[in-house]
Amino acid sequence: MRDAVGRPQSILVLGGTSEIGRAIVEALDSEQLRCVILACRDVEAGHQAARQFAREGLEVDVVAFDICDVADHGALLDEVTRRHGDLDVVIMAAGVLADSDALREDPVAAAQIATVDFAAPVAALTATAQCLRRQGHGTIVVLSSVAGRRVRARLAVYGAAKAGLDGFAEALSDDLIGSGVDVVIVRPGFVATAMTAGLPPAPFATDAATVAAATAQAIRAHRRVVYVPRILGPVMAAMRFLPAPLWRRIAERG
Amino acid sequence: MAVLTPVSADAVSAVPSERLHYEELTGWGRTPRSTSRVIQIDSRRGEDLRGHDLARGALTRGLGRAYGDAALNGGGLVLRLDPEGPIELDGTTGVLRAGGGVSFDRIMAEILPRGWFVPVTAGTRAITVGGALACDVHGKNHHVDGSFAHHVVSFELMDVNGEIRTITRESDPVAWAATIGGMGLTGPITAVTFALIPVDTTFMTVDTDRARDLDDLMAAMAEGDDRYRYSVAWIDLLATGSRLGRGVLTRGDHARGDQIDTSKDARGFTPRRLLDVPDHLPRLIGRRRVAAFNEFWFRSAPRSQRDDIQPLSRFFHPLDAVGWWNRLYGPGGFLQYQLLIPFAAETTLVHLVETVARSGAAGMLAVLKRFGEGSGAPLSFPEPGWTLTIDLPARDDSVRTLLRELDEMVLGVGGRHYLAKDAHLSPDSVRRGYPRLGEWRDLRDQVDPQRHWTSDLARRLRLMDPDGSSTQEVSDA
Repeated sequence: MRDAVGRPQSILVLGGTSEIGRAIVEALDSEQLRCVILACRDVEAGHQAARQFAREGLEVDVVAFDICDVADHGALLDEVTRRHGDLDVVIMAAGVLADSDALREDPVAAAQIATVDFAAPVAALTATAQCLRRQGHGTIVVLSSVAGRRVRARLAVYGAAKAGLDGFAEALSDDLIGSGVDVVIVRPGFVATAMTAGLPPAPFATDAATVAAATAQAIRAHRRVVYVPRILGPVMAAMRFLPAPLWRRIAERG
Repeated sequence: MAVLTPVSADAVSAVPSERLHYEELTGWGRTPRSTSRVIQIDSRRGEDLRGHDLARGALTRGLGRAYGDAALNGGGLVLRLDPEGPIELDGTTGVLRAGGGVSFDRIMAEILPRGWFVPVTAGTRAITVGGALACDVHGKNHHVDGSFAHHVVSFELMDVNGEIRTITRESDPVAWAATIGGMGLTGPITAVTFALIPVDTTFMTVDTDRARDLDDLMAAMAEGDDRYRYSVAWIDLLATGSRLGRGVLTRGDHARGDQIDTSKDARGFTPRRLLDVPDHLPRLIGRRRVAAFNEFWFRSAPRSQRDDIQPLSRFFHPLDAVGWWNRLYGPGGFLQYQLLIPFAAETTLVHLVETVARSGAAGMLAVLKRFGEGSGAPLSFPEPGWTLTIDLPARDDSVRTLLRELDEMVLGVGGRHYLAKDAHLSPDSVRRGYPRLGEWRDLRDQVDPQRHWTSDLARRLRLMDPDGSSTQEVSDA
């Protein structure tokens, strides 16, 4: 149960090695926080990541989680709540970035990316919503991206998957009105992390800590959508209405 | 640790769905919120709850005036007792029996014309009799008359089978001690029988004194409170320096018939609601407005006034004239921080007021009061000492740091916080403030060994868990 000033007692990160996911945990840390659960595909890396949270009074649990094993999501959430009680915040942070150049001639790989970034998260969010609905409270954080607001050729699969996920998250948020459960959709611009290492930084680039601070603020304020940096809200709104030839020129340059 | 009995799917589907509805509930501070299945039950007949899904337990909710999550039970069952329950007054002894869902507002309208008044009233009439016992509420007369529990003869407690038992201190000391101040965690209180006080009129004689600083105020209270049945002080928590803790002290007694102007109806009780604050307003209470309001309030109060005749509702329940005043803090909500500091730790109280004043975070209406003897129940809040109540806007980032500082000061001198208002304590801090929590838990477990009764407050503060356990033992499926 989060308290009156929005401090959670427990946080589950799906995709627990995600840099942004962990930065959000850091931003939400307080003396109220007693339990962090990192659900990761690579448990070894998860334990490595868990070290950053080591402090007295905070239990950090690492559990095996493969987002593609969609049939197991419900059982995993049941097990986590059985062990740790109510989940105040669940961060959906699993995902991969793939340049479409590599996918252009590889339909199987393209379908895999679309699964990891869209179909599997939809399953995880469905299971999470069901779990939080039962407890009557909680916040689901969905890491979306401005890449899904208007999809660029160069990030076609990733962008399209994020567009789909973002749309699903908006609808899920509507569906959860009155359930006591909030959905916070985070739409960052280019974030300098391990996932984006080697890519040329785009305009309005930001970092994980900034994204996390804005997300923590949105969670406390029950805000549904958060752009980081905030200017990307109006920028992306404008981008969506650009005529295609103009959009192509801008997208290719970025 | 006890585990809730699983309820079969057949039994769950047997509950007629038209009586149940889902509702997103919040406390009066509009901060924590959760969704529950809500059902109205008849306080006279009781209700067998065994057909319901009790995986997340059940809780009774009154009028929702607890500021935090005391009257919330996310994912579980929330029972509402009928507000039209019985009010039975014995006109010779002044003993009243009222249904658990009956409001103090209704009771006062009923008893005042007949020359009686409730023994204890909170700052609002919009609370139920059951809630008053579950929170063991106090009023401006605590220094003389104690809390609500001091005046209770017996109460009636429902169990999960719907059976109702009458409890007195002698008949069941365990249920008695666990229920008083027990935050509803021993089950629905379907009725309370308590002793009223006789009054001549519905007016008060009020003495008002302005105090230029906190020392002045506290000295006046310590010296003169015992001459009055009712005493409370309002403090300007934005004043600093030489005016730190300046305030207005109002003290009074019930007026006798001969003190009232003959043109007035001495037994009349027609409290008026001036306005209702609409929903969806932005936040209207900011620092500058509070400062202006406080300045106005302080200056408009008489420097020293004796025997002013005021209607009872104005003296006891001024905020009831403004419906939904909690909306003034906007969608971000607020928290009401009520603390108790034992006598002899006055320097800490002064330091605390200084800290709040320096932060500039406080909202309007900080209230200071001296408590008398406690009720002896392990979770009852009042104990001899000073109680201070502060409204804090919940969404200000600075408030989080301020809370940490204040908690440390309060707990460091053996003080505590009022659970009916709480929405920010941690499992550790509640254990420091209430060292008899373990004793209460043992008593409570004897009343309800299956742990059917629970709340968001109980889960957040882990009231049912053994002390010092780092992981929660979870009983829900």
